[in-house]
Amino acid sequence: MSESRKYPFPEIDSDICKGCKLCIEACPTNVLVISEKLNSKGFHYAEYIGEGCVGCGNCFYTCPEPSAVTVYLKDYVPEEVS
Amino acid sequence: MFLLPRRSLRRSPSFTGCNMEKKTVLRKPKGFIDVYKHKPGAEKDRTHYCPGCGHGILHKLIAEALEDFDLVEKTIIISPVGCSVFAYYYFHTGNLQVAHGRAPAVASAVSRANPDSVVISYQGDGDLAAIGGNNINQAANRGENMAVFFVNNAIYGMTGGQMAPTTLEGQKTTTTPYGRNVKTDGYPIQVCELINTFTAPVYVTRTSLQDMANIRKTRTAVRKAIMNAKEKKGFSFVEVLSMCPSGWKKDSLQSQQWIKENMVPRFPLGVFRDVSEEAETVERPVPVMDTEEVKKIFGYSDFKASTIQKNTEANFKKISLRVSGFGGQGIMSTGIVLANVGMEYGYNVSWLPSYGPEMRGGTANCSVKIQEDTIGASEVTEPNMIIAMNQPSLEKFEKIMVPGGALMYNSTLIDIEPTRNDVDIYKIPITGIADELGDTRVQSMVGVGAFAAITGLFDPEEIVSLIPSLFAGKPDKVLNMNEEAVRKGYDYVTENYSV
Amino acid sequence: MPRMLMKGNYAAVYGAILAGCEAYYGYPITPASEIAESASALFPKFGRTFLQAESEVAAINMVYGAAGCGQRVMTGSSGPGISLKQEGLSYCAGSALPCVIVDIMRGGPGLGNIGPEQSDYNQVVKGGGHGNYRNIVLAPNSAQEMCDLTMLAFELADKYRNPAFVLTDGVIGQMMEAVDLPEPVSEFPDKSDWAVKGTAESRHLINSIYLDHDDLERWNRHLEKKYAAIQKNEVLVEEYMMDDAEIVTIGYGSSSRVLRSAVDIARENGIKLGLFRPITLFPFPVDEIAKLPEKGIKGILTVEMSTGQLVDDVNLALKGKMFSDLYSRLGGNVPSAAEILEKVSELYGV
Repeated sequence: MSESRKYPFPEIDSDICKGCKLCIEACPTNVLVISEKLNSKGFHYAEYIGEGCVGCGNCFYTCPEPSAVTVYLKDYVPEEVS
Repeated sequence: MFLLPRRSLRRSPSFTGCNMEKKTVLRKPKGFIDVYKHKPGAEKDRTHYCPGCGHGILHKLIAEALEDFDLVEKTIIISPVGCSVFAYYYFHTGNLQVAHGRAPAVASAVSRANPDSVVISYQGDGDLAAIGGNNINQAANRGENMAVFFVNNAIYGMTGGQMAPTTLEGQKTTTTPYGRNVKTDGYPIQVCELINTFTAPVYVTRTSLQDMANIRKTRTAVRKAIMNAKEKKGFSFVEVLSMCPSGWKKDSLQSQQWIKENMVPRFPLGVFRDVSEEAETVERPVPVMDTEEVKKIFGYSDFKASTIQKNTEANFKKISLRVSGFGGQGIMSTGIVLANVGMEYGYNVSWLPSYGPEMRGGTANCSVKIQEDTIGASEVTEPNMIIAMNQPSLEKFEKIMVPGGALMYNSTLIDIEPTRNDVDIYKIPITGIADELGDTRVQSMVGVGAFAAITGLFDPEEIVSLIPSLFAGKPDKVLNMNEEAVRKGYDYVTENYSV
Repeated sequence: MPRMLMKGNYAAVYGAILAGCEAYYGYPITPASEIAESASALFPKFGRTFLQAESEVAAINMVYGAAGCGQRVMTGSSGPGISLKQEGLSYCAGSALPCVIVDIMRGGPGLGNIGPEQSDYNQVVKGGGHGNYRNIVLAPNSAQEMCDLTMLAFELADKYRNPAFVLTDGVIGQMMEAVDLPEPVSEFPDKSDWAVKGTAESRHLINSIYLDHDDLERWNRHLEKKYAAIQKNEVLVEEYMMDDAEIVTIGYGSSSRVLRSAVDIARENGIKLGLFRPITLFPFPVDEIAKLPEKGIKGILTVEMSTGQLVDDVNLALKGKMFSDLYSRLGGNVPSAAEILEKVSELYGV
């Protein structure tokens, strides 16, 4: 992730996402949208519009795919990459 | 010094060792395996579930709780048959995949084998409420220490959308193409309500994945059930109303709406029972495996090799005996005592009861063999001796005796005479002698004493010496009476017959 | 060595405890109920688990669970109960789980009756449930063997990671005989590479699913090899008066006891009758039976309390060089030595 990104924010693995839209429905600030693009499995995947995340975690908890959504919360400190 | 608030004192044990610091990132919980190595094919980074399926949500809540409570390593998850048949692909725990409907039975044994583990039984509605209906009820009723997660999506997903026990009235499935007709198919089964009728469960709740508020309530329920299992509080049951977009032929959001509008009215949400706080801990014994300890419990050192000498002058070298009479005449025990005494004398012995319907008719008989050689058939079809305690027995068994045998009959109760003239007949008032001693029940030992005299196989005093072990735990009065019965039976024969 | 007079059913439970069986899961059924009853009395004394399951099906699945956790575990039943357990047994075999099942056979089909029969032979010896698998099957004919072979069943089950049966009938289960209790087993196989124990290191998978066709074929080939090894290594038989026998009788369980009596009587009358008793039914003593025709014998008579289940295997083993005759009694009737000798006389003119 880029250093310039503002916490909190969600990261969606576009290849894993099955495009069910549960996260989009669950997002209180409507900052998730469905992409017009298809991933390798033929799903229109969910995307973060880049700002407005409040770190509520709804998208994480409603997403049925264990690794599709990661949410970096306000106090997150990026791990050093050696 | 100051007092901690009471609330934190009460709560603190529940969270010992838990990784409960505030999260700074929400990511794939450590309860999941990094790479799904058990999953065949190339896609080892994603689940096999359909888009919008509720299983994935519930899986995540379980995996998160296991990580947060530091329980991943000590958890064992039972995967059922149904869409969650492959739950074991995902959880980084011990895993058993089991037969359709049997997860609670398997989990019962797993929990007893590993009492310190956290056992999770994960089931769908067909698995739990149809084919496995009895197993879940019985595990609940036993209060097995486990957390059960029951995914209710009102349909059979894996097999392609057939009717489930929880399918709603009028709901179309591939086996209810005209809608579920309650007149022919019955009503949707309300499982929480059923589980709540049992005394043992500590936590019974129904939640839903229909929206965020309910997903968060589900999260709370999942964590409570898992914590209960960890703390050995017994049986926790969490029913989760869940989306099956493929089976319902709806998209994910329509599916959530459908839960809200159709499932919740039939399956009301809420906590049916929560007695977790006051629940007694489930304790399981520690198996004794040490060989010395095992031998001690069996009493190996109490057994002493018999030193009784055989009578080489005995009239009989080989006994094939039938003892027969009314139930309650001590028929079986006569035979068992004779076999036991024969064993102490170093003979090969066998005892076989008549069993089954004939016992119900009020007559009983048994076969006893006592001999030097290895015993073949244990049923005595050609007796060389019979002890007939009542008339039907005499009539039945004198016919099959071999010539030259010994026929003993209870003249107190039998008025007729034996018809055989090629056997030695011993007419003994067995019941009468016992009654004179003060207890009809000692008649079997009168018979034993008479047997010893007729056959010459046993010395009455040796039998008497065995009585304390044969009647272990009985009061002295009973032992004395039985000893006397042996002597009386023996003496009656020696006084009245030349043997 | 302690010697006790006890029923075969009890002896099996003593054997189980001595073999280190940690758990018994069972359901009552005549004539096997005494196994559950004696287990319920004895297992708790050793801190071991006894649980009366809600059904035969639950019992075998509990066995699956306990076996998956690496415990030595046992269940006991009779014909109708074994029928119900077949699915679970298939899962045990498919997941390579060692366990011991005692089957005290009774009369069938259907509810039949509770008299002794040997009509579970096919459903136990041939596998019984779905899929390609076999059970190891030991056939005791005395109370002593009920103890000893139950212990051996645990050993073989662990050695091959496979269900092992102790198969006998109501007569052997109900009969009392002297039993010399052996030393308890002190060493147990290491199951740490597969058993699930609720620890970090034991996070294994117990499973019988192989979605990929090639994977499942490979697994079945592995099982096939295992059964071939069992066939090669584990055959047990008892021969009585076989050296000079002109007529050979074959039987197991209580019919073999009657056959022994028949042989004794025949010998007293100058008839050279012998007894060949398979102690293992799977592995079946195929090679040993195949050699019988080479001995120049006049005939082979298989005696069983079923309508020709054992005799099929005898004839397969004979490979057409001879054919065994059959004498059977059914419905709870046990053949008598006299009947057998009459049949021998009728068939072979002796």
